[in-house]
Amino acid sequence: MSVRRLAEQQPASFAFSEDNLAWAKREMAKYPAGRQQSAVIALLWRAQEQVGWVTEPAVRYVAELLGMARIRVLEVATFYTMFRLEPVGSKAHIQVCGTTPCMLRGAGELKRICGERIRHDQFHLSADGAFSWEEVECIGACVNAPLVQIEADTFEDLTPAIFNKLLDDLAAGRPVKPGPQIERQFSAPIGGATTLTGEIYRPGPQPWTPPAPPAPPLTDDSAKKPTEGASQREAPAPKPPIQANLEDKKPNPVSKV
Amino acid sequence: MLSDKDRIFTNLYGRGDWDLNGAISRGQWDGTKAILDKGRDWIINEMKASGLRGRGGAGFATGLKWSFMPKTSDGRPHYLVVNADESEPGTCKDREILRHDPHTLVEGCLIAGFAMGAHTAFIYVRGEFIRERQHLQAAVDQAYEAGLIGTNNKNGWDFDIVVTHGAGAYICGEETALLESLEGKKGLPRLKPPFPAAMGVYGCPTTVNNVESIAVAPTILRRGASWFAGIGRPNNVGTKLFCISGHVERPCTVEEEMGITLRELVEKHAGGVRGGWDNLLAVIPGGASVRCLPASLCNDLVMDFDSLMKLRSGLGTAAVIVMDKSTDIVRAISRLSYFYKHESCGQCTPCREGTGWMWRVLERMADGQAEKREIDQLLEVTTQIEGHTICALGDAAAWPVQGLIAHFRGEIERRIDSYQGVRPTVGEPLIMEAAE
Repeated sequence: MSVRRLAEQQPASFAFSEDNLAWAKREMAKYPAGRQQSAVIALLWRAQEQVGWVTEPAVRYVAELLGMARIRVLEVATFYTMFRLEPVGSKAHIQVCGTTPCMLRGAGELKRICGERIRHDQFHLSADGAFSWEEVECIGACVNAPLVQIEADTFEDLTPAIFNKLLDDLAAGRPVKPGPQIERQFSAPIGGATTLTGEIYRPGPQPWTPPAPPAPPLTDDSAKKPTEGASQREAPAPKPPIQANLEDKKPNPVSKV
Repeated sequence: MLSDKDRIFTNLYGRGDWDLNGAISRGQWDGTKAILDKGRDWIINEMKASGLRGRGGAGFATGLKWSFMPKTSDGRPHYLVVNADESEPGTCKDREILRHDPHTLVEGCLIAGFAMGAHTAFIYVRGEFIRERQHLQAAVDQAYEAGLIGTNNKNGWDFDIVVTHGAGAYICGEETALLESLEGKKGLPRLKPPFPAAMGVYGCPTTVNNVESIAVAPTILRRGASWFAGIGRPNNVGTKLFCISGHVERPCTVEEEMGITLRELVEKHAGGVRGGWDNLLAVIPGGASVRCLPASLCNDLVMDFDSLMKLRSGLGTAAVIVMDKSTDIVRAISRLSYFYKHESCGQCTPCREGTGWMWRVLERMADGQAEKREIDQLLEVTTQIEGHTICALGDAAAWPVQGLIAHFRGEIERRIDSYQGVRPTVGEPLIMEAAE
């Protein structure tokens, strides 16, 4: 287990931005009544995103929001290693995977480069405060080893030359492309997939009917008049639901990895 | 070799759209209501007949696990929890499902939830998988919007899916630690019994399944148990996602039939071992926590649960880590020991202290700076950790070291000899102090 403590220097206060607070309330409502504690990891995570690291006031703030004892939130913040308890580089905090599958394919070189270019020791800011790095345990993309993770994105299939260029680009603020850094489609073998090149199984030709929109609610006008007989109605019966075009219902696209 | 027609994850490499339209074009969400209409017992019996064994590592029969849930509710709600905390070194199969085929999982959750009387599923994704989680959440939202899940959905079983996540703790892949984490606590495994099927998340009956086990269920039920059971070998049936990493020419994730030989797997899909098959030193066949196997056992090695179990290794998550002759095998296993030291939750003393102890000794042995009798001492310590902890992390930490000593004892001894050849033996008190 790793021993982790809060940073010695802490800011005075923390509060969620308005958007984040609204988001936090929605997150807490996902769980059964009285079980809002389940959202503690998500809330701490959002607090980290807001200020870059998990501060002691943020721990207190989240505890108050969730109605938890502070020590319980502090436990969570120190137990889970993705919570950063110290400020990290302003441009990038580089997480280098060092576990055996990456080590076999050259993660040691990446660590050496980080040590030379950023700071010899991990968890410390570079001289200009723009970068920091740490060695993490398996990121879970072992067939694309070695790799680093920066915020939400992974940069895979690295070589020392590619990694040096990546650091240059980040330092200069140039856009970088996440995913495999060599000619390769995600986790498919280099040079093209050996499978899924032929015909795949599809169940029989099933026409897909798009979801019908809910029937329009009855309005006051269509209600029966009190003086009429039960078999009479003034307005015509409601129309059947309209068949909507599936294209119109296309959900919002999310950026592809 | 498995034909493309028999593959379940047809968008493994993200060539098609991962969203609902793409999923439907690949035949997902096809006749889901008809499956549910056949009833709970039919689904569970069909899953049992398919012979599917859990894909999370332990290989427990999935249908049987589902049947452990109480048949009727005693007032407490039932929950399905999907373990997407994929952190076993070498393993990256669930990642492909989450980001490229998330609807297999969403549909599987509905079917599995129905089969165990659960109206809510929690999907616990590891913290590192941020983009993957976004894809999964979007897929869940699409399913809600299309009326496939949610209240009064067109499949006739009210069902909610909550996507939640961790923040970098390997131990949360252990089912009871996952439940603790889901409740907003540190991921400390619970003692069993009570088992989750009786007292799981929030004290309610819960079943925890791996992503791949749930994601294959819809296809199995659509194509029939006999189709799935007809692939592979007896008691080890079906298709499986294999991740081949390490010293191969073209590392990849691929869906293959169970019982494929290691050599075929590596040579057909991963371009062979770097420098040719004869350059193979060892493989770890099932993710970091199984015992490694030397090249001499690999020629006809069959990749399934029972065959690997006979060799005192295991299929685990089917993450094949290949090591060629350039590998410093002692250092490679030592790095795994460091991993377990880092990831131990600290609850049980044998694991908390033992993992660090093993790592420190192995680091010395990698340099040869040890005594030969320490090899047996190390082996004995592994047996003191194995089986003496609440969860299986202690076992998982002990097995790689046992595998190393069983198959590469000569290599450790050679290093000790050559170290002592260049420098006189360090005085015994000094060595023992460093070890203890």
